[in-house]
Amino acid sequence: MALEVMARADAPIPLEASFRVEPGELLALVGHSGSGKTTLLRTIAGLWRPQTARVSVDGDVWLDTAADINLAPHRRHVGVVFQNYALFPHMTAAHNVIAAMDREAPNPRAEAERLLALVNLPGLADRKPAQLSGGQQQRVAVARALARRPQVLLLDEPFSAVDRATRERLYDEIIALRAHLKMPVVLVTHDMNEAERLADRMVVIEKGRVVREGTTAEVMTDPVALRTMGIREVAATLPAVIVEQEEDGLTRLDASAGPLFLPRVDAPVGTRLTIRIPAQDVILSRTRPEGLSALNVLPATVTLVRLGEGPGAIIQLRAGDDLLLARITRRSALALGLAPGVACFAILKAVAVAQTNVGGAG
Amino acid sequence: MDWTALFLSLRLAGWTVAILLPVSILAGRFLAFRQFRGKGVVEAIVMLPLVLPPTVFGFYMLMAFGRNSPVGAFWEATFGHQLVFTFEGLLLASVIFNISFAIQPAQRGFEAVPVEIREAAACCGMSPWRSLWSVELPLAWPGVMTAMVLTFAHTLGEFGIILMMGGSIPGETKTIAISIYDRVQAFDTAGAGIMSATLVAISLVTIAATYMLSARVGRRLS
Repeated sequence: MALEVMARADAPIPLEASFRVEPGELLALVGHSGSGKTTLLRTIAGLWRPQTARVSVDGDVWLDTAADINLAPHRRHVGVVFQNYALFPHMTAAHNVIAAMDREAPNPRAEAERLLALVNLPGLADRKPAQLSGGQQQRVAVARALARRPQVLLLDEPFSAVDRATRERLYDEIIALRAHLKMPVVLVTHDMNEAERLADRMVVIEKGRVVREGTTAEVMTDPVALRTMGIREVAATLPAVIVEQEEDGLTRLDASAGPLFLPRVDAPVGTRLTIRIPAQDVILSRTRPEGLSALNVLPATVTLVRLGEGPGAIIQLRAGDDLLLARITRRSALALGLAPGVACFAILKAVAVAQTNVGGAG
Repeated sequence: MDWTALFLSLRLAGWTVAILLPVSILAGRFLAFRQFRGKGVVEAIVMLPLVLPPTVFGFYMLMAFGRNSPVGAFWEATFGHQLVFTFEGLLLASVIFNISFAIQPAQRGFEAVPVEIREAAACCGMSPWRSLWSVELPLAWPGVMTAMVLTFAHTLGEFGIILMMGGSIPGETKTIAISIYDRVQAFDTAGAGIMSATLVAISLVTIAATYMLSARVGRRLS
């Protein structure tokens, strides 16, 4: 029932990759632009044929260069959300969705409205794409991709064409939508943080090759993979709730590990937030620090230590129910005797609100 | 007013458009989407009738389809009359001469359809034919329609080729443009004037109708 992909090519870009995605699993193909991740997605969809490749889904072979099998894109049951959505400009939102349905589908209009409601776009079925905002267009594109009842869902940088605030909302919607998705899902992105938020597993692609593959937590704490993506990208995200707006302009939040103080967050008490803590903004101490200007200190336990080949190390910590990442030097990691199970304190130099679920109280 | 000539011209223009509509769609789409060796040569040949003097074109047509040519000889053996100086011959010449007018704007129309939109159509499960009908044609329609209007108007006014290929046989090859020339030669300025004015009116109506349809398509897209 899984999607299996193997691709090898010399041109136009060198490519040597293989991976497998289980039903219901979301795999992120992460890499810089030009790394070949989109080419892999196009190979799955049938929009590109590498010199040597094999793509199979649920045992159906879509592409096998060795056996000279190459199904045309319209014969592959695939749902694709394109980077700029590629909605049909002359059709309404509903017709865009209907266009992707089986022609014998009973009551297509009702099905289109059901799908548009599923992606949080009720009531706009009769609008043309030009009359919709970027975020709304993306939702139509997702509904259209699902309308085919695809065996595989492919998302090609689907969040890159909208502004940051909209992107945060769309992340939440995709996370909620995943409960309804039983097929393998492949997300192509250059944004490590996005992959961390959405993916179960990650495949890091560099110059057409897989340099790291594993669960999101594994890849995110792997110095080799992180070097590919840039250390600045790495950040832990954890949920918190606003408990008080204090008089000196700070907002107090509760995370599972303890209280956090942020400069005024304009949202009512009870609002649920996601907090982003970049790995390079976390300092570790074996004893509870005193006389420090840092406001946010959380007790934590080391769960994983990754010493890189260079002077750096990534420490994964459990703080309450959540995971933190700290980027420190290799020398400090050894001097502090950090090893799984060791208790320490995480001093947070910077904490930012990554996302607000307004009205999400309770 | 030479009604016979006018109807003959309209009939010729109508048939030319009817034959070239599918040609313009298929050839225009092919040239817009496919890359192949010698594409530039093909495009140059398609452009040729646009720059050749119609009399030169007509001369070669006469040579190619006259009773001494293989095509002309075959036609005469099969149908019992020669191809040139008949409506069929005229139609053949008209179709060939209008290929540039029919294919070029259609090609531009299809080129305006983004690759991503066509890929999306395929990924929505649309066969190439369904994609052409539901997605590409509605988007390329302004170009295809321009092609057909140009072909129609151009055929209506064509003079040189028709004189070379068709002569001036009433009801068979004597089109409105030839008839106007005849009237002028016969010093019937009034008759030529009425027919010329009629052609102007038909052209205006055609262009107005095109603009109205284009505007409607434009509204459909926005």
